[in-house]
Amino acid sequence: MNTYLSIDHVGISFPTTKGPLKVLDAVNLRVEKGEFISLIGHSGCGKSTVLNIVAGLLQATEGGILLENREVNEPGPDRAVVFQNHSLLPWLTVYGNVRLAVDQVFKRTKSKQERHDWTLHNLELVQMGHALERKPDEISGGMKQRVGIARALAMEPKVLLMDEPFGALDSLTRTHMQDSLMEIQTRLNNTVLLITHDVDEAVLLSDRIVMMTNGPSATVGNILRVDLPRPRDRLALAENPTYNHYRAEVVKFLHERHRNSSGSRETPAESQPRLKRVG
Amino acid sequence: MTTSATTAGTPRNGLFIEVAGQRLVHFISGLLIPTLAIVLFLGLWGLGARNVQTSLGQLPGPVKVWGQVIALYQEHQAERQKEAAFYQRQAERNTAQVQGRKYTGKPTFADQILTSLITVATGFILASLIAIPLGILCGMSATLYQAMNPLIQVFKPVSPLAWLPLVTLVVSALYTSDNPAIPKSFLNSAITVTLCCLWPTIINTTVGVAGVSKDLINVSRVLRLGWLTRVVRIVLPSAIPLMFTGLRLSLGIGWMVLIAAEMLAQNPGLGKFVWDEFQNGSSDSLARIMVAVLVIGFIGFLLDQAMLVFQRRVSWDKGAVLR
Repeated sequence: MNTYLSIDHVGISFPTTKGPLKVLDAVNLRVEKGEFISLIGHSGCGKSTVLNIVAGLLQATEGGILLENREVNEPGPDRAVVFQNHSLLPWLTVYGNVRLAVDQVFKRTKSKQERHDWTLHNLELVQMGHALERKPDEISGGMKQRVGIARALAMEPKVLLMDEPFGALDSLTRTHMQDSLMEIQTRLNNTVLLITHDVDEAVLLSDRIVMMTNGPSATVGNILRVDLPRPRDRLALAENPTYNHYRAEVVKFLHERHRNSSGSRETPAESQPRLKRVG
Repeated sequence: MTTSATTAGTPRNGLFIEVAGQRLVHFISGLLIPTLAIVLFLGLWGLGARNVQTSLGQLPGPVKVWGQVIALYQEHQAERQKEAAFYQRQAERNTAQVQGRKYTGKPTFADQILTSLITVATGFILASLIAIPLGILCGMSATLYQAMNPLIQVFKPVSPLAWLPLVTLVVSALYTSDNPAIPKSFLNSAITVTLCCLWPTIINTTVGVAGVSKDLINVSRVLRLGWLTRVVRIVLPSAIPLMFTGLRLSLGIGWMVLIAAEMLAQNPGLGKFVWDEFQNGSSDSLARIMVAVLVIGFIGFLLDQAMLVFQRRVSWDKGAVLR
């Protein structure tokens, strides 16, 4: 078993007044080192639950997570999370937020000066070196998310977990952030697990797209390998037939699933994946 | 202010008049209306007071009360001069003697204000030292909160007048010294203040700590912050706004309670002043009590404002409207 990260028959149930509710059932996924994986599915299908289990924030009731052949069942900086709503500490500056993480992770291995430099380095990486002393309230949503990414990258995680990191951003900012993320990814070659409901985002960024079925008892429905050369350019890809084929595959999957789950409580507007042209 | 920037057609003059008009409106609402209200209140007080006859004569109006403000100030000045003269006489009389005698004149109104402030500060600081850590613990542990909650709810509404006899007896039993450095009346009053102003701080700190955003807790879990780091770096800062709400409520209650406690405990502060004047029963007493009432109110207001300034300094959320 040489798999880097393995999600092994993971299931989770939550107790409700009507008995236990099975949210995930037998989720299986093997991730190689340096792979960029997207998890896509309708809202409420349990994508974020998968991520939280990998992060250790939730405990699987069945199966488990193996990272480098070691079981993980508690949170840790080796699986840094970029939260959807940035989750920066509002009383700390941009620098302070990243420095807190750096101090915590490298308190024994790096000197004070090295930690300072490492904090700056990661903020430069996400192009936030100009706003070190700003508070989260004083910067835009995109910038906050950049700081959140810097904080996660600064932990030097084995796996970077991103929970719909750009979901709350406007589409222009989102494309900027995706480009930044691709650029960082070419440099660092992290192992990334990205939760998204944006089809374009998934195809553009991923090596593989994991499509989740609708809950309850959601599981992996299909896995699509995206064989597009890197670096990828969103403008060039817009005309690329292979790219559009991948896109269509994902959209088709999501639509069929949606039709199949007539009992779904979601409103159509909510469950509709974002269908927008790139570029 | 310059909302009229949209009216592009208006000449500069019109804009100027409009801005000036807005300033006037601000001035009226900010200063004129409160002043009018105060004048109206004083007028009604003056008129109403004339119709109330008490055993100590007619209820004093604003003019008579103002007269007592001046009288109290003059008494204070006179007492200070007597004190200075006493020490001077003493110095002249026994230059050789090392240990002089302390002046034992009666405390003036200003002295009594000071005593009250020191007493309330002692009680309040003592209460905060207990309530903040306890609130943090209750906020972090649901079990401890469940254990503490009934006690808090039961003790919260107890009047200072009920606490005071208990406190007096306990202090008398435990604090037995022939020549006490701290007067017992002071301790009794301060501890009663503590007992009454613990609760808002405990409750609000608990709510603040328990309400720390789940996302921030998740951040601390991913970072594997230790217990203490988590409290200092994440829990405390996010609980600060509510903690201060509690502290302000506590200080307000403490000040209110103090007057009652001082009356009964005979701590030489404002409460004792009011009580002594009431017992004194001179024709000036009612006016002097009214001076005390106004001073108590004004100091309470100042204490609250001081806490507000402190809160603004400490709070990270500079955008929040604090009032």
